[in-house]
Amino acid sequence: MTLPITGETARWLAIPFGMLFGVLLHRGGVADYNVIVNQFRLRDFTVLKIMLTANIVGGLGVWALHGMGHAEYQIKPANLLGVALGAALFGVGMVVYGYCPGTGVAAIATGSLHALVGFAGMLAGAVLYALSYPWVETHIQPVAALGKIHLPQLTGIPDWCWFVIFAAIAGTVFWLLETKFNRNDRADLNNSRIS
Amino acid sequence: MKQNKPHPDSDAGGRWNPYLVGAALGVLSWVVFAVVNTPLGISTPISSAASLCATPILGSEAVAGNAYWTKFPFKWDCHLLFLVGTFLGSLLSVLASRSFRLETAPSTWAGRFGGSPAKRLLAAFLGGSIIMFGARMAGGCTSGHGISGCLQLALSSWVFFLTLFAFGVLTAFLLFDNRNAASH
Repeated sequence: MTLPITGETARWLAIPFGMLFGVLLHRGGVADYNVIVNQFRLRDFTVLKIMLTANIVGGLGVWALHGMGHAEYQIKPANLLGVALGAALFGVGMVVYGYCPGTGVAAIATGSLHALVGFAGMLAGAVLYALSYPWVETHIQPVAALGKIHLPQLTGIPDWCWFVIFAAIAGTVFWLLETKFNRNDRADLNNSRIS
Repeated sequence: MKQNKPHPDSDAGGRWNPYLVGAALGVLSWVVFAVVNTPLGISTPISSAASLCATPILGSEAVAGNAYWTKFPFKWDCHLLFLVGTFLGSLLSVLASRSFRLETAPSTWAGRFGGSPAKRLLAAFLGGSIIMFGARMAGGCTSGHGISGCLQLALSSWVFFLTLFAFGVLTAFLLFDNRNAASH
């Protein structure tokens, strides 16, 4: 059972949904190079706060919608070698670029010229990947390919338990960060001490 | 061209609580799953749009015959419209908060590598290339894997998220905080 919205309407609704996404990225502070890079320097936890909260709130809701037959799971296949190699490159690239693809696009709108140049870099990287695609598909993607599997299937631990576990870990870490260590994400104040 | 902001909290009037932003993104994902019925990602439409840029360089035959672009052809689908929306939404938010400013060397970069625009732009281009190659090899980015995939508890997406974070921390340490490295 799906909602009474046709495919064509749903397609155009992607624009306002994208706009909400863009507003949230900008207002969340993650369209800012400093915030992204200082997350990886473990000085500003804005990125993790946003992502973990989004995953717990989003995950519980989509799980409930799925249970009621209003949403389908769309799991990406676990080609573990390709995913791990790609993610490793992505981690290096994210620190060097200072954005991920979505926050980079949001940052261009804020006036970040280096985000714009990095966008051209992303196009170049996509061309390189398209040219390497046949080789990668043959030699990398079939290695450790476990299929469209999700953690509850793999471990036998039910969905809701995972969200409780993530919420407990995220809650503890952020509570410690904000109370005991008094890390209030003032990364730029720390910067002056480093340079 | 303004390069140094006092510090992030100074424009906190325009910035929202990260937990609320995360929760709002979570609610947005409910709507997207229920209405669009596709986990939206940002890197897929960028890689498809790259075929347009590749056509003048590689020739239209090479692009048409490319296995990747045959599988992910350029089209104005929900992914690309979502990407356009992301830009427009951020632009509206920036204009509403009057925080538009041209930036070439942000403070964290300038504090370590200096304010030279050429150096920063070169790094951004290089970083952008690496990130997109990695995203396509992994089958998604911080939106497709990091939010849409992780919230479905997909194994691939959690492997992606943890690996990206580990390599990001390592890279950030080597680039910014390794005091033994030659100073720039």
